Amino acid sequence: MERPAWAPTGIDISVPSVSRIYDYYLGGSHNFEVDREAARKAMEFIPGLPKVMQANRAFMRRAVRFALDEGITQFLDIGSGIPTFGNVHEIAQSGAPEARVVYVDHDPVAVAHSKAVLEGNDLAGVVAADLRKPQDVLSSPEVTRLLDLDRPVALLLVAVLHFVEDSDDPRAAVAALRDALAPGSLLILTHAAYEGIPLSEDRAGGAVGVYRNIRNPLVMRTSEEIATFFDGFEMVAPGLVQMPMWRPESSPEQEDPYAFSGFAGVGRIA
Amino acid sequence: MSTPIRTDGQPVDPDGPESRLRRFATIWSRAIFPVTATSLTRPEFERHLLPLARRLIEALHRRHFDPAPAHEVGAALVGVHCTDPDALSRTLGVVDSYLVLYCGTGGDLRPEEARARCARLQHALAAGFAQALRERTLSEQEAIARSALSARSAAEEALHTTEARFRAVFEGAAVGIGIADLEGRVLEVNETLTRMFGGVEGQIRSRNVSEWVHPEDAPQVWKLYEELVRGERDHYRVEKPYYRGDGTVLWTNLTVSLLRDAEGRPQYQLALLEDTTERRLLNLRLRYEATHDALTGLPNRTLFFERLDKALAAGDGKRFGLCYLDLDGFKAVNDSLGHSAGDRLLVEVADRLQSCATGPGEMVARLGGDEFVALTTGTDTLREVDELASRILGVLSVPIRLEGRELTVRGSIGVVEGPADERGPAEVLRSADITMYRAKAAGGNRFERADPEADARAITRHGLTNALPAALERGEFFIEYQPLVHLGDGSVHGAEALVRWSHPQHGVLGPDRFIPLAEHTGLIVPLGRWVMEESVRQARFWQERHPGARAGAPLRVNVNLSPTQLHHPGLVADTVEMLERSGLEPGALCLEVTESALIGADDDLLKPLRQLADMGVDIALDDFGTGYSNLANLRRLPVSVLKLDRSFTQSMQQHPADPVDIKIVEGIVSLAHSLQLAVTVEGVETGAQAEQLRELGCDTAQGWYYARPGAPDRIHSLALTDAV
Repeated sequence: MERPAWAPTGIDISVPSVSRIYDYYLGGSHNFEVDREAARKAMEFIPGLPKVMQANRAFMRRAVRFALDEGITQFLDIGSGIPTFGNVHEIAQSGAPEARVVYVDHDPVAVAHSKAVLEGNDLAGVVAADLRKPQDVLSSPEVTRLLDLDRPVALLLVAVLHFVEDSDDPRAAVAALRDALAPGSLLILTHAAYEGIPLSEDRAGGAVGVYRNIRNPLVMRTSEEIATFFDGFEMVAPGLVQMPMWRPESSPEQEDPYAFSGFAGVGRIA
Repeated sequence: MSTPIRTDGQPVDPDGPESRLRRFATIWSRAIFPVTATSLTRPEFERHLLPLARRLIEALHRRHFDPAPAHEVGAALVGVHCTDPDALSRTLGVVDSYLVLYCGTGGDLRPEEARARCARLQHALAAGFAQALRERTLSEQEAIARSALSARSAAEEALHTTEARFRAVFEGAAVGIGIADLEGRVLEVNETLTRMFGGVEGQIRSRNVSEWVHPEDAPQVWKLYEELVRGERDHYRVEKPYYRGDGTVLWTNLTVSLLRDAEGRPQYQLALLEDTTERRLLNLRLRYEATHDALTGLPNRTLFFERLDKALAAGDGKRFGLCYLDLDGFKAVNDSLGHSAGDRLLVEVADRLQSCATGPGEMVARLGGDEFVALTTGTDTLREVDELASRILGVLSVPIRLEGRELTVRGSIGVVEGPADERGPAEVLRSADITMYRAKAAGGNRFERADPEADARAITRHGLTNALPAALERGEFFIEYQPLVHLGDGSVHGAEALVRWSHPQHGVLGPDRFIPLAEHTGLIVPLGRWVMEESVRQARFWQERHPGARAGAPLRVNVNLSPTQLHHPGLVADTVEMLERSGLEPGALCLEVTESALIGADDDLLKPLRQLADMGVDIALDDFGTGYSNLANLRRLPVSVLKLDRSFTQSMQQHPADPVDIKIVEGIVSLAHSLQLAVTVEGVETGAQAEQLRELGCDTAQGWYYARPGAPDRIHSLALTDAV
């Protein structure tokens, strides 16, 4: 039997959380020893993981600015994790003070922390919901209060779809979100892949094993598979590319080799 | 960011202090960018470091040296997310190597003083960095701990709400809910379940699930249970009875589900029970009512056919025996004593029949009216069914007391016995029905065994009867004519119309095969009308084609009239209309009526015949001599012709003929002639016969000696031949 929507999941901080592991990669201290232990194990296989995360953050920063340039001031960030230095609302609101941001995560600790961080910011809010249930996201009070779905929204699925297994039908979830958004809306997406990691697949697979062991499987997909998430979107130039290659602001040659692990792209609803 | 950054495009002295400051910042940025986690781009990051570099340089050159700004710069590094210890060591390296080198000159700062100040700035920067990092780490740790705590308390609160809601659902549910562990120990039951079991919770809790057996448990119930607790099955649903504490039975729709833990290991079993006791009783009652006869309480047609179906579908070696009983003369009881007496009689009969079929595999049912069946099944039904039929006749032979009088009820039984798996129920029942009628026809109060030949005959009868109406519509009937010859001169006098049925499967059928059936179903009326119309038309046709075949005596046609036609009110009007339409004079038509149809006929019945006779239509008394041949009656009848039955003429085929027969025929002819009646003989097959009959004074004759029945044009040609 599936757990009813109104029955909460338990909180168990003895279990590593992907959002706190992510925070650790980024040099933060919003994490516990279990998280750091898992992160260190993963980094034994892929030492450059922090650089992958940094490239993710840098892409997101460029993409949010791109959205602002497009005139979009509404942001829906699903899988937002632990708020850290250079968050969507910081970037967006520094460019457009009226910008509205809704963060969504299914990790209750991340949500509680986001709430604390966003206290006093009337234009940003956080929703405890799961990407796999897009209707829960769309019908949440924060989305209703902060976003006008009749106008374009930038939907951020940054480093989150690779945590949704095919059996949970992530494409259907993306399609449901797409169908709820107005023309002109953007999908800002990054996804993990073996392509581009400067290591053998066997070696990188060790990190995947770490995530499997903490019951948060990491699903590596090929660029062709990742491209299908953009069904129904028009790709914004330069299309689906390795993260540093998406509209770089400084020469990609200077980037750390690990920054090329995984793909990024932006699509637009016609 | 206290000092404004000069924007690009502004002319900068390539070796001025501003330019040196920028070079220092670039080196610094290049050194630590790789160890930061910032999302800023390199140029952005460098621009971030520029004011920090400026503060360091200002502190280096300050008149009254104070290293405090370096402390703040160290803290600011942590602020821009340079939390990696490498960021500090690389910063210190850059400051140590390049701060004095690039920015130490100018003003009145001596080199030794510059080195010393630079060292102290590094100390302060390191301390500032360490302090900020410690504070940041502590505050982030505290923040995340607080977040975890608040998330947990929110979850607990929600869990509490959920649990309260679940508890309310559990207790308030209209179905009984019970949870037990996999060993069958009952852990929790709700109020509804307790109530269903009689209201004492302890009675349920104290018993292991596996003890809740009931003799009427479906055979698979406990197998399903074992599979579930072993984790091989996630749920099952059955109808299951339980004993309540007081010994009464509770019937339930039971659904059992296996509950697993997060790892998927079987943990508990959850039972949902719906009380179906009343519904079941109602269903049983409805089922009983639907399958039993309200009057006698015996199983009805529906139940009987269910059992018969089952008996006929039974496997190898199984047989069945069926007695189909119809009471003899029950209608008379109903008519004379009334329906309620009839009903009481049926109830008594039902009780007696019930007592005959008490063995295993035996049943009695009422099919309706006064028709009953008794069924026996097993392997020895060949013997049993005869005994059963005898028992039934035996119990019926004892008179029944009803309304103060004793009634003797008899019955006719058709017995069918045979192996299962050969015939369908409809066929079996039809055979039994046919056989029962045979028993009745043989005088009743007996049983007959089914006989395939008798069945086949009856089935053909049955089939023909059903096919009759369509046959008339499709024009499958046709008429043959057998000439009637004047014995005096051998001329063709006319012909008797004889109807035939050209049956698509059975070929040409004579009237003896289907006229009784048509008579029985009433179809004889339209069929007879058609025959008469056709014959009248034909006679008229002969006359037109052959006007003077025999001077003053045109060809006539004889048409048979059955008893039902005779009673039909439209007879006279129909006949008149046909004659008028065809233009045939009434004298050319002769209607043949059997003697038996007129026995005891009263004036009402004779009236139409009289009317027809008055019009000039001849009436012949057919088959004369086979019935009582009430000679006195002849005077009353409007007949003009006697047709002697062929039995009189048969003896005359031999030579010499039986003298007694000759005397009889002579007597009849003389009597007829004295009553002004003409005499026709049938079945004349030899010339000797013909000669004898002519000598005896018979007027006309028909038979194979002259011609077999044939197509109408044959009569025509015979008549022509005759005329020559």
